[in-house]
Amino acid sequence: MSQLPPLSNTGFLRWIWRQLTSMKTALVLLFLLALASVPGSIYPQRGVDPIKVRDYIANNPSWGPTLDRFGFFEVYSSPWFSAIYLLLFISLIGCVVPRVGVHFRAMRSAPPAAPKLLDRLAGTRTFTTDKDPAEVLNVAANALRQRKWRVVMGPQGAASWVAAEKGYLRETGNLVFHLALLFVLVAIAIGGLFGWKGNVIVREGSSFSDTLTQYDAWGGGRYTDAQDLPPFSFTLDKFTVDFERGVAQRGAPRAFEAEMSYKTDPSAPSQRALVEVNEPLVIGGAKVFLVGHGYAPIVTVTDKFGVQIFNDAVPFLPQDGMFTSTGVVKIPDSTPRLGLQALFLPTAALDEIRGPHSTFPGPDDPALFMSAWKGDLGLDSGTPQSVYRIVTDKMSKIGLGQLKIGESWKLPDGSGTVTFVGFKRWASFQIASDPGKELALVFVTLSILGLSLSLFIRRRRVWVKVATLDGVTVIQLAGIMRTSTFDDEDIGALSEDLDGVEQALMAAEVIRGNLEEER
Amino acid sequence: MSPESLARMSNMAIYSSMLVLVGAMFAFAASFAGGRRKPADVVVTTEVGAGGTAVITRTELSVVEPGRRAANIGISLSWLAFALLLAGVVLRGIWAERAPWGNMYEFSITAALSVLGVYLLANTRVDLRWLGLFVVIPVLLTLGVAVTVLYTEAAQLVPALKSYWLVIHVFAAIVCAGAFTLAAATAGLSLVRDRAEKRGNVEGFLSARIPDAERLRALTNKTLAFAFPLWTFAVVAGAIWAENAWGRYWGWDPKETWAFITWVVYAAYLHARSTAGWRGNKASIIAIAGWAAFLMNYFGVNFLASSLHSYAGVGS
Repeated sequence: MSQLPPLSNTGFLRWIWRQLTSMKTALVLLFLLALASVPGSIYPQRGVDPIKVRDYIANNPSWGPTLDRFGFFEVYSSPWFSAIYLLLFISLIGCVVPRVGVHFRAMRSAPPAAPKLLDRLAGTRTFTTDKDPAEVLNVAANALRQRKWRVVMGPQGAASWVAAEKGYLRETGNLVFHLALLFVLVAIAIGGLFGWKGNVIVREGSSFSDTLTQYDAWGGGRYTDAQDLPPFSFTLDKFTVDFERGVAQRGAPRAFEAEMSYKTDPSAPSQRALVEVNEPLVIGGAKVFLVGHGYAPIVTVTDKFGVQIFNDAVPFLPQDGMFTSTGVVKIPDSTPRLGLQALFLPTAALDEIRGPHSTFPGPDDPALFMSAWKGDLGLDSGTPQSVYRIVTDKMSKIGLGQLKIGESWKLPDGSGTVTFVGFKRWASFQIASDPGKELALVFVTLSILGLSLSLFIRRRRVWVKVATLDGVTVIQLAGIMRTSTFDDEDIGALSEDLDGVEQALMAAEVIRGNLEEER
Repeated sequence: MSPESLARMSNMAIYSSMLVLVGAMFAFAASFAGGRRKPADVVVTTEVGAGGTAVITRTELSVVEPGRRAANIGISLSWLAFALLLAGVVLRGIWAERAPWGNMYEFSITAALSVLGVYLLANTRVDLRWLGLFVVIPVLLTLGVAVTVLYTEAAQLVPALKSYWLVIHVFAAIVCAGAFTLAAATAGLSLVRDRAEKRGNVEGFLSARIPDAERLRALTNKTLAFAFPLWTFAVVAGAIWAENAWGRYWGWDPKETWAFITWVVYAAYLHARSTAGWRGNKASIIAIAGWAAFLMNYFGVNFLASSLHSYAGVGS
């Protein structure tokens, strides 16, 4: 094997750069990007559903943590995924930016002179003429100019030529497409750095005001000022849902409507709005989207003396399409402290295999199944508590109960009575601000335009040449495609271009006849 | 007209269309089997052999021209099937009082319509009668799966689908389904033909009846050059819709992820077409891989992954 010559440092860097910006590298990086995207559709992703990720790791203790370590639950922000697309974009810059200069000069420069021997080109047409070469070439040049070709005339004389080129927009489109993609990435980054989004559950009749503490979950970019959120507030006045009752797709949602009243800031007048799934509410640079809903059973608890110690509608989280919902009720004002772990079933059913579950998402026959606990709820420990779970390690079970609306359950140990008063609905909203999205839309639109130009425009050259052959003045027409790949249809289009010039020459009566026929 | 009779008529039209397509399939198959041999073309290839001597090989390529009459019958039947299928899809839309793209059954019958439509329209510009068999078979399979596995009675939409973006986004995606399928068919055939050409023997039953590999590749390229910007548009329209419905324009939902993968693979195809050494079989294989990614998005994601796009309406 031959020894490679030693490379200097700059030589090595140049070699790296050339490799990186080669088309083959771009191809390999595109394949890698496609391949690297796949795990994100297989494993649950933190950005989409953090609870699923937690459950997945808990259920797969052997390899869950390893997958986590290598970023399989945050594929699209993992170092390896980022490395691929950053390399791809560097390769894109290295490939496209130099071509901008080249193309700019090409657009300003004249098409090159006709080659010496046009007859070597496929599809060359040769005619004879009696006219002056300058006249012939003027006719051809004017015909080409009329058809929006860029035209250059050769030097004056007995043998001269016209060169024309068309379809510069192909490369322009190609460059616009690639550069616009780069700016789409920038717009995404702006959204990521300055945008924010939060989620909140609001019960019917309750209000929300846009401050950090009111969110159930909130995330902002590095440069988002969390203390300076737009000062709007809203109240969920009424939430209406409708489900499919027919046999097919029974229980599928058919309509969600949230009737809201909102204020853009505390001193502004209250306005009303109807928020639906495809109809977000736009306030103060943010959008309020309706993303989910559920039930909040209203529970009252009285202590052994008959004094009411709890009365509230507690949001439960739906676990399936039929809205079998789980939740907890924590009663801090009782001694010892009471906690209820409960299932809310909008249309209750009970069987051996599935236990208590709901058979329809609408509240046809609501029931509450619960287990009551007493002891240490952990409220004094200082660690943040989930409002949807009770840690029962330091508690003891009192008993199991089931209630329909209006029924009460006297706790077996006599410590109090639980009443299932009714339910409210709740709606969950995603509130988001993405200052990059308009920019992203502008550039993605540009990129589609550029892409279409680069795929549909044919770049080609045409020459018309006048020369004297054996005492006969002949006109030659020829053309070439200026793209790396072309097919019969492209050749056909080029042939039509030549037809156009030929017809113009015919119309001006400069063509005497066909050279072949005259011979 | 009562809603039930509209639904019944839609189903009737689709079953009739399938019946006619079976006829078209037999006609195309007959045209294939009954092809006539055309006079041989002579291809001269020059290779530089050992020691720098040029070896000139003369290969006589005889071409079998698929039977004209049977192919014409196939095309006519395909147009009839297309009309029936169109009627079926339109009636379904009238019955449901919305664009007929609310569940997998409706996506599938429209996708079948699109494949057939793209093929028949392309055939009016370039002679593609030889391709008929390879179009009719996937269309019939799609329709078969649609009427047996995917059929659903549901008329109404889930709230997330109630948007005019449904029409824009889904229409673009379905037309792409047609073009991608066609491109995969020509790409696949180009591989078969290329193998035969490399062996210097194109007398095989299939290879003798299809155009040469270069022309098949050009057709693939043309179809994908049309489909790729449209797919880009479909994905962007989906993103705009997602922003409106879910509060983010891109969230790496499995459907979005596979739409992205499909886009990247076809982008790779276009790059391969202008990279030396990749234009031929490698590009064709990438075109088929893109179609596989599209199918994964269409069927796989609906059945395997939990996605915001679970509108299949299957199994409920």
